[in-house]
Amino acid sequence: MTDVAETILSIEGLSIALPVGGDRSFAVEDIDIKINSGEILCIVGESGSGKSVTSFATMGLLPKILNPSAGRIMFEGRDLLTLPEKARKELRGDRMAMIFQEPMSALNPCYTVGNQIEEVFKKHRRMSASQRRSQLLRLLEEVKLPDPERIRSAYPHQLSGGQRQRIMIAMALALDPKLLIADEPTTALDVTTQAQILNLIKQLKSAHSAGIMFVTHDFGVVAEIADRVVVMQHGRIVEQGSADEILNRPQHPYTKVLIAAVPRKSGQAGRSIEDNPVALLANNVTKTFHTPGNLFTKGRTVHAVKEASFTVRRGETLGIVGESGSGKTTLVRCLIRLIDPDSGEIEINGIDFAGLNRDTLREHRKDIQIVFQDPYGSLNPRRTVGDLIIEGPVNFGVPRAEALQRARELLKIVRLDPDCMDRYPAQFSGGQRQRICIARALAVEPKVLIADEAVSALDVSVQKEVLALINEIRDSFGLTVLFITHDLRVAAQICDNIIVMKDGEIVERGDVNKVFGAPEHDYTKSLLDAEPGKDWVIPEFEDNTSV
Amino acid sequence: MTLQSAKQTQSATDQQAILRPTPRQQMIVRIKMHYSLQIGASILIAMILMAIFASFLVPHDPYAQDLSNRLVDPIWGSTGTWDHPLGTDSLGRDYLSRLIYGSRIALMIGFSAMLISGVIGTILGVAAGYFGGRVDAVISFIILNRLSLPVTLVALAVVSVVGSSLEVVVVVLGLLIWDRFAVVLRSATLQVRNMEYVAAAEVLGASFPRIIFKDILPNISNHLIVVATLEMAHAILLEAALSFLGMGVQPPLPSWGLMVSEARDFMFFKPWMITVPGVALFLLVLAINLLGDGIRDVTTPEGRN
Repeated sequence: MTDVAETILSIEGLSIALPVGGDRSFAVEDIDIKINSGEILCIVGESGSGKSVTSFATMGLLPKILNPSAGRIMFEGRDLLTLPEKARKELRGDRMAMIFQEPMSALNPCYTVGNQIEEVFKKHRRMSASQRRSQLLRLLEEVKLPDPERIRSAYPHQLSGGQRQRIMIAMALALDPKLLIADEPTTALDVTTQAQILNLIKQLKSAHSAGIMFVTHDFGVVAEIADRVVVMQHGRIVEQGSADEILNRPQHPYTKVLIAAVPRKSGQAGRSIEDNPVALLANNVTKTFHTPGNLFTKGRTVHAVKEASFTVRRGETLGIVGESGSGKTTLVRCLIRLIDPDSGEIEINGIDFAGLNRDTLREHRKDIQIVFQDPYGSLNPRRTVGDLIIEGPVNFGVPRAEALQRARELLKIVRLDPDCMDRYPAQFSGGQRQRICIARALAVEPKVLIADEAVSALDVSVQKEVLALINEIRDSFGLTVLFITHDLRVAAQICDNIIVMKDGEIVERGDVNKVFGAPEHDYTKSLLDAEPGKDWVIPEFEDNTSV
Repeated sequence: MTLQSAKQTQSATDQQAILRPTPRQQMIVRIKMHYSLQIGASILIAMILMAIFASFLVPHDPYAQDLSNRLVDPIWGSTGTWDHPLGTDSLGRDYLSRLIYGSRIALMIGFSAMLISGVIGTILGVAAGYFGGRVDAVISFIILNRLSLPVTLVALAVVSVVGSSLEVVVVVLGLLIWDRFAVVLRSATLQVRNMEYVAAAEVLGASFPRIIFKDILPNISNHLIVVATLEMAHAILLEAALSFLGMGVQPPLPSWGLMVSEARDFMFFKPWMITVPGVALFLLVLAINLLGDGIRDVTTPEGRN
């Protein structure tokens, strides 16, 4: 940035105490952050690092139990922390604005989006109705929404996620604020939409000369938009500097660990699996959902999966990538028969899995297991870890004592202490829970393991460990892995072959290098193009072994 | 070296996570901080003890009439004596003894009616929520039918036809008040059924009774307990209402509702006669409701805030 840029916001020595009984005494401790006009400052960190608390403190939206105990937040020559609530309210939305992660819950479903944007003008400015209207249309055009006249009178649920986020941005920009705070604004969006929103934010930076505080956990996003970066860990700033310094020449070991954990594009290529026997074969698997109509609405038919065919060989990791709504989860649920496909064959080790009836299905269920996305929802909170792991073997007739013995070994394999057998899921962190899920799936000695977005909810460093674990067990157990993900980097790192799905159809398939190196289908190209930070060559560090 | 330290911090956080309190420990801590639960529980426990040891506690036989000592005031009244701390009723029976024996009937009816309705409601609610589809449609229809019946009126009609006794009142109430169990547990089951751990159990080959008993019921038990306490209070009040209307427990049994009913004629010149059993009823129902609310607060599923 240029030297003449003025400082818009400066946070000096801010500490925010946590209520007694928390796992640490400060949410954030002694942090110093400066944001200049016309620059994007990214705050990165893993969950619990205090990055959101920082943005909420700046905005004055902290929950009541959190109180700043030291420091100042200087904005336009005033200390926000000592400002009376009324003056702060006037600043919010006018001089400083915020974009949230989840645009659906940040918009009121009862009003049209036009109404909600105009509300900002009504609160802070005296304007005639026609002035407001022209301002509104100008804003909608600025955030590149098609057909502003029509969008203006739409309700939030009628818009797509990306469009809603654009509305949020328009609302934030309405009064041309000096400071824009974006808290994970693209995390809930698909890659292609994310790319558009990031692009929009970059343009806004130059057009409005506002300072932007961008909170994220994703180093790809940082590489895409940041001018300067602040890295936070456990409520402290461990390193800050220009984007180039942090991304390519990080100094602090924690930053290095984080960057080392970012999945690389190069991974599995070159393993020979062509000669292995076919472990899973799907032939023309089709699933269509019908919503019956009634007196008032027409019935709806959704082709969730259209004639999906593929084979996976033993020891292979097949990645299924696609954006939300591409049918990948429905496909997986058909494969494990949580829902029944309308037609098509699924063969697992030569047995027609799709054709099994209720009783025979139960016996063969142990051949194919799944690890779900949400490590919090996939473990019964009322059962101990030991009980959870032996559930499968006991169902298939293994004596309890033997199953418990095996469960201890499995816990060791997934690197958990075998003595935690009689603990409850609530006592573990997200990454640990995902390991328990893996141990549970392995307990029945499956032939095929499906990982349905199994690492998407985890922090990068934890993600890296779980990915390494999945690779390791694949090799040592001779498993076949189906890896479902929306994250192309993760897919590239762990998969041998890739299937790209769009609207229920497989649009491209092939080995990783072919699909990601020389994509044929336009959709794959646009996916790859949208990948944030794709031009960033992730630096390798000497001590970059698996953590 | 940096890697080493990173590894150490990692294992340190692992240790820390495993040292987090168990759900049981967490619940105990929450109970200790929850005063209204403690108050409710102590009143209820006191009432239960009073009911169990009634025969040792009472100063007089609750059925013994003494017509020469009718309508004696409680000790705070002008004619009060320590011989009858809460006075006597219109037949000269000791009011305190009747009150103590009355707690037996209130608790017995409340508990049994709650048990009967709980079994019916839980089976219907869980079945509707778990199986969905046609089962759900049929059960929802049954629930709707039940909801359209006026409880007190139907109970009155049935009791007057069948004849009133303690057992009849318990069964009639039990068969009438299962609706809240069914409605609440149906929606709770629907919610739990869509959790991924149920899908995981299914994939692991668990049979549906196993899923219901291991995965569904433990996770809806907090709703179950709360509804159970509410319905227990509900049943106690209904019994009192029926007895007041003369269609519940029959004299000379010392039911609190009956005591209120018998005191009706003396309401204006001996108001304590109606107040004493009324206060007892109020305290019992309040205690049960406080307990129910408290249990809901301390048993909310752990791990998520």
